[in-house]
Amino acid sequence: MSESDQKSDAQEWDEGDPERLYVITRGRSGSTEKAAIDLVTLVVSRSGPMPGMQPEHAAILRLCQSPLSVAEISAYLHLPVSVVTVLVADLLAGERVEARALVPPAQLPDAALIEAVMHGLQKL
Amino acid sequence: MDFKSSELVDADTVVGPRVEDTLPSSATAAVKIVIVGGFGVGKTTLVGSVSEIRPLTTEETMTQAGVGVDDVAGVERKTATTVAMDFGRISINDELVLYLFGTPGQQRFWFLWNGLFRGALGAVVLVDTRRLEVSFDVIGRLEERDVPFVVAMNTFPDAPSYPIDELRTALDLPAHVPIVDCDARKRASSRDVLMTLMRYLHSLAVTPEPS
Ligand SMILES: Nc1nc2c(ncn2[C@@H]2O[C@H](COP(=O)(O)OP(=O)(O)OP(=O)(O)O)[C@@H](O)[C@H]2O)c(=O)[nH]1
Ligand SMILES: [Mg+2]
Repeated sequence: MSESDQKSDAQEWDEGDPERLYVITRGRSGSTEKAAIDLVTLVVSRSGPMPGMQPEHAAILRLCQSPLSVAEISAYLHLPVSVVTVLVADLLAGERVEARALVPPAQLPDAALIEAVMHGLQKL
Repeated sequence: MDFKSSELVDADTVVGPRVEDTLPSSATAAVKIVIVGGFGVGKTTLVGSVSEIRPLTTEETMTQAGVGVDDVAGVERKTATTVAMDFGRISINDELVLYLFGTPGQQRFWFLWNGLFRGALGAVVLVDTRRLEVSFDVIGRLEERDVPFVVAMNTFPDAPSYPIDELRTALDLPAHVPIVDCDARKRASSRDVLMTLMRYLHSLAVTPEPS
C-alpha cells in the first residue's frame, strides 16, 4: 500500500505549504524516525520542556504527558500532520519522547487483534 | 495567519485534551479505520456518534497548480486550499486505542495525509444513493490499494433506497463484500457498521480473500 500512496497525484498536489513547513521545521527534511511515524503513533513525553526550546517542541512535550496520537497533537496545536511529524521526529531523535504503536507491518491484521477490537466495540 | 514566524505555537495558549479525554499511560497500541465517502454523506456524523471524544480536526494545506496555466503572463498560479479531516477515538481496552478518520472520497485528498491508509485495519465506504458515481471511484481506489472495506448505505429521507442486491449490482461488488444499512446519527447503528467491518476482517484473517 505504501508505494501506491506516492503515485502520480503526489506530484500534482503538494503536501502542505512548503514555505510554512520549511520555516517551522527549519528546513529539516527527514530522518529514519520520520518514516516510522504514523497518524496514530502514540507519543509520550519522557521529560518536561526545557528553557530555550523551540516553542512547538515545548508544546508537544506539555501535551504528551499522557499518550496522545500524532493526529490529536496536530488538532490541538492547529498544525498540519506533516509538520507535527517532523517535530515529533526531532523529539524522538533527542530522546525527549517515546513513540508507541508504530504501524503493524502485516498486510492483514491478525485474528486476535480483530477480536480485541470487537470486544471493545461491543461495550459501546 | 503569519506563516513567516517560526513561533506558530504559543505554548501558553495551547488547549490540550480535557482531563477526561486523556488516555491512560497503559495505552501502548493504536489502530485505525478510515471512513470514506462523498461530501455531506455523514462521515463526521458517524465518527461523532461512536467516538468517546468530541471529533477533532486536522488540517493540511493543499497547493494546486493554477488552472490558467497558459494565461497571458505565462505565470503559473498557485492556489492554496485548506482541507480538513475529522477524526474520533474509541478506547478498546487499557492498552489498545482505535482511531476513526473521515476522509472525502476524492483520491487527491488522501495524499495530504501521508500514509492515511497504510496500516489501516480497513475502511467503511459510506454510500449516498443520490450520488452513486462518487462511490465507484472510491471503491476502485480501495481495491487498487488492497484495503479491505465494507459498504454502508445511509438512510436519508429523500434518497432512493435500494435493496442490498440491487446496490451490489450497481456498485459491481463481489458477493463477499458486506453491504449494510445505517443511520450514522445513531451510535448503535454506527457501531454495527464497525462490527460488520471487523467480522469481515476476521473472516479474511482466518480464510484469505477469495480472488
Ligand atoms: N437522515 C440521516 N441524516 C444523516 C445521516 N448521517 C448524516 N446525516 C445528516 O447529514 C448531514 C451531513 O452529515 P456530515 O456528517 O456532516 O457529513 P460529512 O460526510 O462529514 O460531510 P463533509 O465533511 O462536509 O463532506 C448532517 O446534517 C447530518 O445530520 C443519516 O444516516 N441519516
Ligand atoms: Mg465532515
